[in-house]
Parts: sequence; C-alpha cells; structure tokens
Amino acid sequence: MDWTLHPLGDQAVLIEFGNEISEEINHTVQTAASSLDDWQPEWMVEYIPAFTTVTLFYDPLYIANHKTSQNQLPYDWVHQQVSEFLSTLTIKETGPARTVEIPVCYGGDLGPDLSYVAEKNGLTEEEVIERHMNGNYLVYMIGFAPGFPYIGGMDPAIAAPRRKDPRLKIPAGTVGIAGAQTGVYPLETPGGWQLIGRTPSKMFDPSNEEAPTLLQAGDRIQFRRITEEEYENLKEGGA
Amino acid sequence: MIHVLKPGLLTTIQDFGRYGHQKHGVIASGVMDQEAYRIANLLVGNGQHAPVLEITLMGPVLEFQQDACISICGGDLTPMINGERVGTWKPLYIKQGSELRFGKPKTGFRAYLAVAGGFNIPLTMNSASTYIRAGIGGYHGRPVEKGDVLEPSELSPLSNRVMEQWKADAGDAGFHEASWYVGHAFNHNGYTKEPIRIMPGREYDWFDKESQNRLTSETFKIDSKSDRMGYRLTGCQLSAVEERDLLSEAVAFGTIQVPAEGNPIILLADRQTTGGYPKIAQVASVDLPRLAQMRPGESFSFTMITHEEAQRLYLQQEKDINLLARGIEMKLT
Repeated sequence: MDWTLHPLGDQAVLIEFGNEISEEINHTVQTAASSLDDWQPEWMVEYIPAFTTVTLFYDPLYIANHKTSQNQLPYDWVHQQVSEFLSTLTIKETGPARTVEIPVCYGGDLGPDLSYVAEKNGLTEEEVIERHMNGNYLVYMIGFAPGFPYIGGMDPAIAAPRRKDPRLKIPAGTVGIAGAQTGVYPLETPGGWQLIGRTPSKMFDPSNEEAPTLLQAGDRIQFRRITEEEYENLKEGGA
Repeated sequence: MIHVLKPGLLTTIQDFGRYGHQKHGVIASGVMDQEAYRIANLLVGNGQHAPVLEITLMGPVLEFQQDACISICGGDLTPMINGERVGTWKPLYIKQGSELRFGKPKTGFRAYLAVAGGFNIPLTMNSASTYIRAGIGGYHGRPVEKGDVLEPSELSPLSNRVMEQWKADAGDAGFHEASWYVGHAFNHNGYTKEPIRIMPGREYDWFDKESQNRLTSETFKIDSKSDRMGYRLTGCQLSAVEERDLLSEAVAFGTIQVPAEGNPIILLADRQTTGGYPKIAQVASVDLPRLAQMRPGESFSFTMITHEEAQRLYLQQEKDINLLARGIEMKLT
C-alpha cells in the first residue's frame, strides 16, 4: 500500500492512496476511514473520504496546547502521527459489500430525459432501463450534497452528456445520468444531469444521527424498477 | 423573547459549524467570521460556540420583549436602540420593550448579534447552524422572517451577574452601554486593506508561471454572484498548464479553486464538502475573518506566505483571543 501526505491549508492533511479510479484503491480508502473511526484521536475534528484520498481535519490549537513542544508545528506532529497510523494499517479481505436496493420509477414525468438518452445511444427506452438496472454499481464516495453518491460501474452504452442549459430545480430522489456516471439527487438542487427516473427512497434523513444517509461509500447498489403506482405508495409510506 | 419585526437582507442563526458529518456530504456551514462570532459570545458571558444571529449588510429590526444582555461584533452596520446609535464590540444591556434596528452599513459585511445565554435553538447533527438548502438547523432550517420569535437560553452565572449589575446601572433608560470595547487589534474592519495571505494549493504547479505571478500581483474583485458558499473573483484569469482531470477530493474553508474558465472561487462556510477543480491556493486561517467582512464589489489582492508561517500566525491569533477572553471575563466580574 502506497500513500503520500499533503497539507490542505493549516488545519488539514490529505492522505493520497493513488490517482486513478479503481475499486482496489477505493477499498484502501474505506479501510483507512473505518480505522480512523476506531482510532478517533482527540485532536481529530473529522475526516472526508473521496475516490483515492482521505482528508483529516485536525485542531492545531489542541495539538499546540497538549501535544507539541514550543518549536514543533502542528502539521509536522500530525504528519508523524498519521504516518505511524498508516504504517500499521492492514488491508483486510472483507466480506461482500452491503447491497442497497433503490426502487426507481423510470421515464414519464419522473424521468423526462429517458427518451433523449435512448435516442442518443440508438436504444429503445426499455433497453436503457434494462442496462441501467444491470450495472455493477459501487459507491466510491459521498460528496456534493448530503448523501449524494459518486457511483461507478454504469454501462457506457447509456452514457449521455450533461444538458447545455441546467435545470433550476431537480426534485429530491431524481435518478440521472451525466457522462458515464449515474447518480441520485438527495435534495432539490439545480443541475445539468439527464433525468431518467425517480426513487421514493429518502436519501438523506437528518434525524438519523448515526446513519443520516441511505448510501455510504463502499456500498453496492441494485436499482429495481417500480410502477408509478408503487412509487406513489412508497412515497406516501415514507420509504 | 425577541420578536422579528423585519428580517433584514439575510439573517441566519449560526454557530461554529456542523462538524463530523462532512463525510456524509453534509456541509459544515457555521459563521463566516469566526473571530467576531467568538468575541461576541465572550462579551455577554457565553461559551465561545453559542448560537448567534449572523446579520448580512442590511440588519433586521428586533423588538425585545424581555430584558437582555447583547453584543454586536464584526462589521459596523450602524446598530441603534430606540433610535439611538450604540457601539459595537462591547456588551449592551437592553430593556424589555426596546427596539434594536440597523441603519446604513458603515464597515464590513456581516455583524454577529450574541445574546446572553445564546439563542435557544435545538441542535441538528450537533449544530445550530442554518443549512438552508437542506432545510435543517437554525430557525426552522431557514433565515429568520418577519413574525419569528427568538428565545435566549438560560443565562450562565456570569451573564446573570452582568445582567443584574447593568439593570441597576440603566435605571429608567431603555438600554445601557458598557464604557469599554474590544480594541481594534480584533476589530479588523478598521484595518487598512492589507493583502489576504495565502499558501500554495495542491495543484499550484498545474498553473503556468504567468498565472502563478498574476495570483499575487494583480487585484481581484468579489463578484456580485458571491454568497456564503463562495466568493467568485473576477478581474484576472488564471489558466492551468494542461487540461487534466482531477478526481473530486476534500476542500476546506478558504480553498481557492479555479474552474476551466479561469476565474478563481474562494470556498467559504457553506462550501460543498468535496470539489473537483484544481486548487491553486488556500487562504491562511488567520485571514478568513477579514475576508468574510469584504463585500461583493470590493477589490483586494493576495500575498503568498509559507505553510509554516500560516500555522504560526494561527497559533498566535488563538493566543491573542485567549488573552482577550481572560481580559473580558475580568471586566465582566
């Protein structure tokens, strides 16, 4: 396992495990993140995992008051601590990842760009849905918005460019395609994605402090097709 | 209770920020000017991280339906109690039935109104900060509006003593001002416009020499499309040497990123947790409060310092605030 450390300003250090999107590197990122959960040093404020990096935010004042002598700067001390932590980190073979099922009502009013995606790729709408449901999806990271997953593994045959004129309002739960990526909008936001459907599942629930987001980095996703009626029922049921 | 008669331009409940959930994509939020925020709380005997009102440029009109001890730090947005001008960076006693309003903004962009006890706001994910887009935190997840009622929490023993003393001093008057205030070492709005100190970002070397030079030799203007999420800068374009794709990774308060069109963006309190644009530089933490007080339309420049110097400056500033905190406590007791 290779890693390098880089400062992000005067209160954070970025750990880089590689510079390309790969399941292996991302698995290392997840391992480091869960080890940080176990470690939880008192000088750590929080951490943000991404595709190939974990960024650790620290409290320089706490470190200066409790950990270092007069001449040592907080970053140098953190560099030492994190290096030691990483040198003892072992990548374990983990069991199969959690698979989260996301019900989606494809097309129609809930997925107004489905026909465009089909036309663009010379497929029927049914074929786009079929291929979207059969992707081998991995959540690489959560970012951009609460619970917004960066998902890899979509069939490139259904890729579609972003819209030239982004929509001002995309409803929460919308499933979209941008380039070779697919994603689900957890909140109403503006955006340029091609919208192919919508899920009634709540992607972000702030009242659940332990797990406020439906998806976590490292999850596998299975999209399941539902009818408009099922969508309405699940939505009302607060799914 | 405090009644909101007029909300002002953008008045939100904020605290130090929502930390620990950025890994879930939940933005940190929190006050833009942490220094003024902390001092505002100290001046009324609160803990440094109590919830306050962040007031933007045009302040609200508030009617106090109870006696309260308040302070207003940050920009001088011309606060007035019952029509009379009152000072900033000092404790104020305000009597039940009095009205606080703001006039024409004099200096700075944001003011922090702390009330003794702190505003009584339930915590969402460990913070009272308003996250407007997600509709969480603060006053029902939104900026305050006309007709809202804000309530202070229970007073600390220190706040309680201060209140009793000033109540006596005020007599029949609608308010009472402390005779002292926090001097201008902290009141950065009175400063001349020294350049904002930055250090190189992770992709600094992706930019051509000319862009690197322009970053610290030219002036930048804060665009009107700027907000709590970020300051968009215009006036000087920066270009990367080569078009390289960057994988999204964490960003921080003060990260300066440059999208392909070349106009830099400084990420602020409501920044997204991660970003995919090259990061040319990072604002030193010590200068973030001063930056937060600049208005859209204002111009400024950057100067480069080392990562080591940024750390030393930050620690020095913290020492100064701790000294000030002790001084204020002595004044209050």
